[in-house]
Amino acid sequence: MAHIQLKNISKTFGNHTALTGLNLDIADGEFFVLLGETGAGKTTTLRMIAGLEKPSEGQVFIDGVDVANWGAAERDVALVLQQYSLYPRYTVRENLEFPLKPKIRRLPDAEIKDRVDRAARTLRIEHLLDRKTDRLSGGEMQRVSIGRAIVRKPRVFLMDEPLSALDAKLREALRTELKNLQMQLGATFLFVTHDQIEAMSMGDKVGVLNHGRIVQTGTPYEIYNNPRDTYVASFVGSPPMNLIDGKLVDGRAVMAPLNFELPFAGGAKTGAATDGRPLVFGIRPEDVYLETGAPVEARIHDVENHGVEKILTLRVGDAMLRATVPARTDVEIEQPVRFAWNPDKVVLFDKGSGISLRHAG
Amino acid sequence: MAAVTTSTERSLNKLAIVGVLIVTIIFLAPIYWIASTAFKPRNLATTIPPTVVFQPEISPFVKLFTKRSQLRTAPTPEQYAAAPWWERLVFDGGEKVVRSGRGEVQWSGYPNRFMNSLIVAITSTVLAVGMGTFTAYGFSRFRIKGEQDLLFFILSTRMLPPVVVAIPMFLMYRAVGLNDTHWGLIILYTAFNLSFSVWLMKGFMDEIPKEYEEAALVDGYTRMEAFFKIVLPEAATGIAATAVFCFITAWNEYAFALIMTNRRAQTAPPFIPSQVGSGLPDWTVIAAGTFLFLLPVAIFTFLLRNHLLRGMSFGAIRK
Ligand SMILES: Nc1ncnc2c1ncn2[C@@H]1O[C@H](COP(=O)(O)OP(=O)(O)OP(=O)(O)O)[C@@H](O)[C@H]1O
Ligand SMILES: [Mg+2]
Repeated sequence: MAHIQLKNISKTFGNHTALTGLNLDIADGEFFVLLGETGAGKTTTLRMIAGLEKPSEGQVFIDGVDVANWGAAERDVALVLQQYSLYPRYTVRENLEFPLKPKIRRLPDAEIKDRVDRAARTLRIEHLLDRKTDRLSGGEMQRVSIGRAIVRKPRVFLMDEPLSALDAKLREALRTELKNLQMQLGATFLFVTHDQIEAMSMGDKVGVLNHGRIVQTGTPYEIYNNPRDTYVASFVGSPPMNLIDGKLVDGRAVMAPLNFELPFAGGAKTGAATDGRPLVFGIRPEDVYLETGAPVEARIHDVENHGVEKILTLRVGDAMLRATVPARTDVEIEQPVRFAWNPDKVVLFDKGSGISLRHAG
Repeated sequence: MAAVTTSTERSLNKLAIVGVLIVTIIFLAPIYWIASTAFKPRNLATTIPPTVVFQPEISPFVKLFTKRSQLRTAPTPEQYAAAPWWERLVFDGGEKVVRSGRGEVQWSGYPNRFMNSLIVAITSTVLAVGMGTFTAYGFSRFRIKGEQDLLFFILSTRMLPPVVVAIPMFLMYRAVGLNDTHWGLIILYTAFNLSFSVWLMKGFMDEIPKEYEEAALVDGYTRMEAFFKIVLPEAATGIAATAVFCFITAWNEYAFALIMTNRRAQTAPPFIPSQVGSGLPDWTVIAAGTFLFLLPVAIFTFLLRNHLLRGMSFGAIRK
């Protein structure tokens, strides 16, 4: 097991910059999720740790050792690729055996069989063992890919969106299984995804990557409740955080274009300097609530039914605001309602930089 | 394709089938001609209109493999009775098999030339495809300075008709003693096919996801092991297609074989027509020689047909 550090990594492809000044610290035994949109540089980061790509600048440390001169084979990492990691000419069993048979760490046959069977059982692919991999469904292929990683006992598991091709049920099941596996093995995991729900539900720690930069690293709780900037705020959470332009005037939040006001006691905490300064108010939909006597009037623009809850889109003037309310709330489209927010949950961002005032310090 | 076919679609389909049939007939007619002539008695080979129904004979092949001379006097019945069946066929044609002083049958030049063709074509194919595969892998997977220029240069070796350099090549070959040697032709054909092989294989290599090897590298294999264990089997289709192309080119090459070889290393293509020149040509023997000459390519192509169908479409229907 291992402790992974990336120090000040940059990577350019020709004149395209994929990663800039990237710092990551993944503790031994941690389940670290790297979250980012497509093209953010997630795969590039993984490939660099695996030794398939050399950083243009900066260093990679595994257990405190600079591995710049180590080849992929020597790094002893297991990698689940986004695609194409199974050999189409091999059966599932042969694919699973393959990582156990290289000359540098070839295992005895009995051990190989044992490990393959165990991995197959964990992933419920025992019935597929003798099948050629090009006869598998997308979901089965991804399970075999994961199997190829877990048959080994590598220093670190690197997984590049291993669950993306699965349907919702199986994805959930495998999420749990991967999580269990990680705890059982006490292994270090670096798990890449663009799915924020996956990130929040699986990670001990989450790193949010945006255009080749880490914008925030923290526990899912920190990321969700205390996003460092408007990007993280709008990327994490479903539906995302409401972001409304405005300013603070005498302890009240005044929304500039919408021309409504809400009480905001929290302003005192962030200091008087905020008064009159252009800000962005961030509020999670679940912290917006409907109440007859509430200060602001809005109209129901849209209603989405999600079983235990409803997601309402409220229209104030020509701006939209989302609110998550209990399913029993009975509303109709175009019905006028009154709403308020939980002022303790409001996050203030600087309008210019988009950075949260709590993080700006 | 929609499950419901309209009547215009159906008649278009029929038209397409007719088209395919016509093209097939055009391509097969000469082959049928050669094959049937190879089994005809000599007097039926050149009849007008052509004879379609006849008693097939094996005698053209016997004649093809043996040295013969005109029979001045008919063989005595004892001679005839003592002769093996194939010699009798030659007697029937008014000729006799030439024997050495000790009575050994004299072979014609054909088996030897045929062997030469096999040696030269197979060796040069193996070399061209082998080198082409490695080169293409390098071009496909690594950043090479001036990659585009190098690839263009490789292709440019095919940009003038090869015969243009025949005379200088002949002089050079004579100077270094490669004239009329197997290696001389092998080098020539390998060089000739190499550019083709590199380009074709590069296309196939580019089709193989590099993730396959990367997964192997991460699993602890060296690049060499990954190449042989993963890339090569994946490239089998491309290798087969390239090999067939190279083999056909080398097997059918005529001009250089005619110029560069005369006895020891002569291949079948210049040899077969040289038999036409002397006296009244026996077309059945020439047809037999041509027929046998077609076989290796036919067999080779037949064995690789599954690969070819996928290979020739250059990955278009690869799945
Ligand atoms: N070999 C390469 N050559 C040139 N550009 C590359 C290369 N690999 C990646 N890039 C670029 O670097 C950026 C980051 O790519 P990367 O594959 O790391 O994104 P990602 O976060 O994994 O995206 P996705 O979620 O779509 O997989 C992208 O803009 C991509 O186009
Ligand atoms: Mg990726």
